[in-house]
Amino acid sequence: MKLKLRIWRQSDADAKGGMVAYELDQVSEDASFLEMLDVLNERLISEGEDPVAFDHDCREGICGSCSLVIDGQPHGPQAATTTCQLHMRKFKDGDSIDVEPWRAGAFPVIKDLVVDRSAFDAIIQAGGYISAPTGTAPDAHAAPIPKQDADAAFSAAACIGCGACVAACPNGSGMLFMAAKVAHLGLTPQGQPERHTRVLGMVAAHDQAGFGGCTNTGECSAACPKEIGLDVIGRLNRDFRKAATRAA
Amino acid sequence: MSIDFHREGSPVADAKAPAGPIEDRWEKRRFSGRLVNPANRRKLRVIVVGTGLAGASAAATLGELGYRVANYCFQDSARRAHSIAAQGGINAAKNYRNDGDSVHRLFYDTVKGGDFRSRESNVHRLAEVSTEIIDQCVAQGVPFAREYGGLLDNRSFGGAQVSRTFYARGQTGQQLLLGAYQALQRQVAAGTVDLHTRHEMLELVIVEGKARGIVVRDLVTGEISTELADAVVLATGGYGNVYFLSTNAMGCNVTAGWRAHRKGAYFANPCYTQIHPTCIPQSGDHQSKLTLMSESLRNDGRVWVPKQKNDDRHPAEIPEDERDYYLERRYPAFGNLVPRDIASRAAKVVCDEGHGVGPGGLGVYLDFADAIARLGKQAVEAKYGNLFDMYERITGENPYERPMRIYPAVHYTMGGLWVDYDLSSNIPGLFVTGEANFSDHGANRLGASALMQGLSDGYFVLPNTISDYLADGPFPKVDETHEEVVAARREVDERIAFFLGNDGDRTVDSFHRELGKIMWEYCGMERTDEGLRKAIGLIRDLKAEFYKRVKVTGKAGGLNQELEKAGRVADFFELGELMCIDALHRTESCGGHFRAESQTEDGEAKRDDEHFSYVAAWEYGGDEPVLHKESLVFEYVKPTQRSYK
Amino acid sequence: MAVSGILLVLFIIVHMAGNLHVFEGREEMNAYAHGLRTLGEPLLPHESILWILRIGLIALAVVHIWSAVVLTRRSLAARPVRYKSKKPAKGESRHAAATMRWGAVVIVLFLAWHLLDLTFRTVNPVKDVPDAYGAVVATFSPERWPVTVFYLLALVALGFHLRHGTWSAVQTIAGPDTKWRKRTQALALAIALVVVVGFAIVPLSVTFGLVK
Repeated sequence: MKLKLRIWRQSDADAKGGMVAYELDQVSEDASFLEMLDVLNERLISEGEDPVAFDHDCREGICGSCSLVIDGQPHGPQAATTTCQLHMRKFKDGDSIDVEPWRAGAFPVIKDLVVDRSAFDAIIQAGGYISAPTGTAPDAHAAPIPKQDADAAFSAAACIGCGACVAACPNGSGMLFMAAKVAHLGLTPQGQPERHTRVLGMVAAHDQAGFGGCTNTGECSAACPKEIGLDVIGRLNRDFRKAATRAA
Repeated sequence: MSIDFHREGSPVADAKAPAGPIEDRWEKRRFSGRLVNPANRRKLRVIVVGTGLAGASAAATLGELGYRVANYCFQDSARRAHSIAAQGGINAAKNYRNDGDSVHRLFYDTVKGGDFRSRESNVHRLAEVSTEIIDQCVAQGVPFAREYGGLLDNRSFGGAQVSRTFYARGQTGQQLLLGAYQALQRQVAAGTVDLHTRHEMLELVIVEGKARGIVVRDLVTGEISTELADAVVLATGGYGNVYFLSTNAMGCNVTAGWRAHRKGAYFANPCYTQIHPTCIPQSGDHQSKLTLMSESLRNDGRVWVPKQKNDDRHPAEIPEDERDYYLERRYPAFGNLVPRDIASRAAKVVCDEGHGVGPGGLGVYLDFADAIARLGKQAVEAKYGNLFDMYERITGENPYERPMRIYPAVHYTMGGLWVDYDLSSNIPGLFVTGEANFSDHGANRLGASALMQGLSDGYFVLPNTISDYLADGPFPKVDETHEEVVAARREVDERIAFFLGNDGDRTVDSFHRELGKIMWEYCGMERTDEGLRKAIGLIRDLKAEFYKRVKVTGKAGGLNQELEKAGRVADFFELGELMCIDALHRTESCGGHFRAESQTEDGEAKRDDEHFSYVAAWEYGGDEPVLHKESLVFEYVKPTQRSYK
Repeated sequence: MAVSGILLVLFIIVHMAGNLHVFEGREEMNAYAHGLRTLGEPLLPHESILWILRIGLIALAVVHIWSAVVLTRRSLAARPVRYKSKKPAKGESRHAAATMRWGAVVIVLFLAWHLLDLTFRTVNPVKDVPDAYGAVVATFSPERWPVTVFYLLALVALGFHLRHGTWSAVQTIAGPDTKWRKRTQALALAIALVVVVGFAIVPLSVTFGLVK
């Protein structure tokens, strides 16, 4: 198939950047979206041009590296699918495709389609863990967890930290990412002692990093490749209210 | 130059494992190893390279102990290391099922599964520590699968006769890694760990015979800097990407390990490669990686190929009596559940004979029609729905209606840097953990054991053994101006300058792809004397061409992904050559290493314990590496020929 | 934002219910309006409770708008570079992004008119304040149809605003689980519909001559 691509090119963090058009022929519909970009890059290199930089690693939808906004949609048109798992058969011959990086003040562009997502790490550092130093653990069966809680904790913990939620949010909020971690840890008995300090710390770090506020539009959840639901945000709000009243 | 491309050096031995009853060895070693008092730990600096299960767990634990840790990863976040992609589960000898499991049984199964090419002491320790790992992970909040009673669920995995595998849906690696990542972030917040993401280690610094630091490139700014310390830990994963197509992440590479090898660290058993039988086959030349489908699919799927060669009929049109269920035919006792190496090789055999299906005839059917008829579509969907969806996303085919096509793919490398019982390489101060070392899996790794080893090394083994080395520290101060440091930096600068200055016309990927094809063809599922010799020649020619014709665009300053790849592929060439040399010298078949010359009458792998019951630890020697043998002694598990008939 | 919003929703519902007095005729409607002014008498001075309520409402509106401004400024700062390519929203409240802020502007403009029209009577033909009924009938009289159209437009904006705003406020304050979130969303839609219909029925009845 033949494609018209418009790709955001920006040589470094300080450069202005803009959309650059490329035409690509003989794209296999069995190729993944990133493999299509590989083909483009091979061509650019052989023409002596700088290839398009983009983040990617596992290419099986779990590492959370890939991060492209394709035609205005984080990870492209297919629901519950990361860019690396999106295949070209979802497009038609002759399609025009726009490719942009995640757009958020908290995720500055490093180059082309590569952004800096270390703000997410900063949120986790502010409380997204359970303090359990190695060697201090009681037997794993010491605290049974109801299956539905364990399953709900897993569903929240399935977050891959890709940042599609931020990219999709009209407010550039990192609420879904943060809430997924708050929900995961808050659903386990081990997570209870730090439940209140965790949510206060993480929300402060989130705001500090320059993410926008949540207005519950639900765009985050619709874009999430792991289909994390808005219930985690509800849970965060609940925990935050309790923690804030207790702290006051 | 010898005819076998190598020469033999003096034997090597693991001097650290205590003698005596195997159950007491780890206890004994922990007691005999010296400790560092808490006040002194603050004065000791440890570099950990890698943030996967083995790296993040080690960095976090060392940080908790009070050492000053510098942790590096090339990914944009520590959470993205490739451990995250492990699907199946993690083994532990908890015996929660009362089904006869024990530390000794896990030890026994692992030694046997490794085809008697691993150290008994190491494996026993791994089995002992396994139970602590589960406790630790649960305490961190890892959401393992649970039963309605609220207790942990277990499953039988990879043909084990007991249910000892703990899992979190099909994303166990992700959940364990996030647990370790969170523990690590906690230490970063506490100030005990300096974490450097998007940094790649490009050289090891050795001063007066001791590992004292690394040279790293900041992948964002391109800046080259050195990090100096009292000890260096490499937790840099496996080298399956030497095959270009593998289930590894695109960034997985051998550079850290290979740089250490070039500086004197022995590389052990490089030819032991695990090829996983259930992966989605290649669809074309654009393919950049292969995707694993969980092994659990073989519990209900039946593997077959058309009896007729080059049969391109739709599978539904092929009648039952024209299908060859070759695993069930050849291995009636285990059928579709034979171990990974056997299933993989059997698929290769039928495809080589011309029975393969799909593009290029490189695929076999994994058919769920019987399972759907027996259990109903709903039950199959409940069990494997997410895998079926993944298959459909990638191939565009609906596996409920048409059998899946699968083919083996490189998945894990059992070989790695040689380490002793303390996980120390032969270079003092250089420790190696996780898949990057060679230690516990012998010639074949059992399912759900990789996660166990990574976390065992990082949480429990290394933090206990490294203190014995660090007790002699802090070592004399080394600064940036030391001649060894300057030399190491210069090597890195020169390498980068070479790539960027080379007036070439071929992309890095085109070389990598070609190297991968050679490795897969001659050093893949079946190896022969003739093929390996040919491969060594081909690799050497291709390497020469690489240095002549490789084209790397861009500049040294700033993000340059082509430059990153060029350095990695350059090291893969040298590693690939060593793998072939190792495979050539080991004329027996064992585990993931199958030599066509060494098979039984009915085509099964034949070990040669008399001549090859040793670890092959290779010393760097350019075109002629030096082989140091470490004899393997089996006091508790008597070597037998594996049989799955 | 959420707290002021919920209180404003309550006000709107009461206001809407009060409006329906118009169907009881001039006497009843004007008595209701008079009742609001004399609430608390003779214990408290004339219009005292009404002014307390008015001041409260003004404060709520100020807080609500101020929060919206803060949130909007944060959103703008959180995405300094916009996307070149846009796709329609697909979230649970997909209309929210498009309707909350623009709708708010429409509502504020309407509010200004509405106060001048029916509270201060500046633009209303009936200047006699106690005759609330007369003012309503006059302003929505058939020949002043654009007033009715503007009123209805503002109601549509209000409806969308409530449909998202109500459940969003509950989500922020109470944080329901999935089951209760769905219920809250349904409730928010019901409130929006009831409010829109309840308010719209008055001007429509006047314009079409059912109430004279």
